[in-house]
Amino acid sequence: MSKPKGKEFWRWQEYHRIMPGKKWSSKDIITAGVDVGSVGSKAAIMVNGEAYSWGITRTGSNSPESANKALDYALEDTGLKVSDLKYIVGTGYGRVNVPMANKAITEIACHAKGANYIWGPTVRTVLDVGGQDIKAIRIDETGRVVSFLMNDKCAAGTGRGMEVFADLLQIPIEQIGEISLKVEKEPEPVSCTCVAFAKTEAMGLLRKGWSREKVLAAYTRAMAVRMANLINRVGLEKELVVTGGQSKNIGIVSRIEAILGVKTLPMPNWRDEGSLDPMVAGALGAASLAKALYEKAQKR
Amino acid sequence: MITVGMDLGTQRVQVVILKDGCIVARSWAFSGFDPTKAAEQAVDEAVKQSNLKLSDVNHFAATGSAIDMAPYAYSKVSMMSADAKAGVFLVPKARTIIDIGAEEARAVKCDEKGIMVDFVVNERCAAGAGAFIEAMARALEMKMEDMGPLALKAERASPINASCVIFGESDVVSLIHRQESKPEIARAVYDAMADRVSSMIHRLGINPEVVLVGGVAKDPGFIASLNRKLGLTVVIPEYPEYVGALGAALIAATRVKEGKK
Repeated sequence: MSKPKGKEFWRWQEYHRIMPGKKWSSKDIITAGVDVGSVGSKAAIMVNGEAYSWGITRTGSNSPESANKALDYALEDTGLKVSDLKYIVGTGYGRVNVPMANKAITEIACHAKGANYIWGPTVRTVLDVGGQDIKAIRIDETGRVVSFLMNDKCAAGTGRGMEVFADLLQIPIEQIGEISLKVEKEPEPVSCTCVAFAKTEAMGLLRKGWSREKVLAAYTRAMAVRMANLINRVGLEKELVVTGGQSKNIGIVSRIEAILGVKTLPMPNWRDEGSLDPMVAGALGAASLAKALYEKAQKR
Repeated sequence: MITVGMDLGTQRVQVVILKDGCIVARSWAFSGFDPTKAAEQAVDEAVKQSNLKLSDVNHFAATGSAIDMAPYAYSKVSMMSADAKAGVFLVPKARTIIDIGAEEARAVKCDEKGIMVDFVVNERCAAGAGAFIEAMARALEMKMEDMGPLALKAERASPINASCVIFGESDVVSLIHRQESKPEIARAVYDAMADRVSSMIHRLGINPEVVLVGGVAKDPGFIASLNRKLGLTVVIPEYPEYVGALGAALIAATRVKEGKK
């Protein structure tokens, strides 16, 4: 369905980055991870197991196309070609539709590995908030999955749910977290988190005289409560990190910290050149697992 | 004795006038932004229909999610009590009453007198209520009234895992892109909703007869899916959307008899 023309508040930034100062040569083991999510498609390139470049783009209606687009974006300006990649792992909800992948691995394993790569071996609990589901993952010091829980039947708190909110309240999605924190006093969380109902309920609250900030705070709070519950059910063990698109939502991350009474490890600021991006954790994990799989295949 | 039952729902207000145990008028209005005004309009119209005057009314009773916005001096009736009372009034053997409105679904267990014994509610998720059908009809670009008859034409249901309105919309759009047939998509929508409702009812335990009321009880597509899912034939009274208002009017009558104001 096409929307009437106007500002698209849900639209987040597609971008690609090459880590500054990193080089590759034909002797290196160059691998890729392609994470086709429901909302975003991410591809990451690793050189000898170190992050080299990545690209993030919006997932279209066709998964294989989105996978190709993300990978091309990651390869842009690197001088690399797909044929230079020794091993490619596909992951994410569209992983079976990554045409160039040598192997498909679940996004749970990839996010676990990716969190281990970004933050190091002290990470034990990973909250991955994606476009259409929320996962709480317990991992060991090598980045292997110990157990996990997920919520995949409800849009509340997911990236897709937040996009609906951004449109509804007419706030650009990348500012939604900061704006939700601009309240003098944290309001009570709304009791009903259903995104479909939120469309009418949020309007009702605005009519009652609530500010957009307050409405957003009440909903963000409710979403954070849901995520904190999921983490508690899987069993919280320090250190905690957040991956996926919503890791960029400071309103969510800070509220989870407040509810659980623990700090997450510092989130890399993805806007800085040379900084990693927790949204690419799944693709980085996939590229890292690709390197291990390539080496294993060589030994045979 | 004349009593008026007003059911103030999220989408519509329904009104029933009861005279000595017989329904003499029914009317409705869109709730809109001012449910009070909508209820006044609906009452006015019903009063006209029945050739009565407002001053003839012995007792007003209100129910529904916007109960506090009801006009006139009224007493309150819970939605579950109203369902139980009116369900047994219309279908004497009824013991389980399923009421599905625009934003809420509930199942009520009751005894032979129409007294509520137990209930379950789904009120926090659009996937189990009329709003789900409405949103999916929008995604299919058709009228909600047309979706039910269309679903009945399908031999099978499209693969869909819509258990959330938000995801359901994009699921349906991608099914359309894949050129799945519309009847099969429509049936999948009803099956998904019937799954939700049936799991809710199973928590309560099913006692026949099972009666389905509320606005969604007028949708043949949903009825067929629910019957298949439950393995029985649910009974649907005439004017199922007025059951809440009727229950309120019936309870109002007993209140008058018992001398309560």
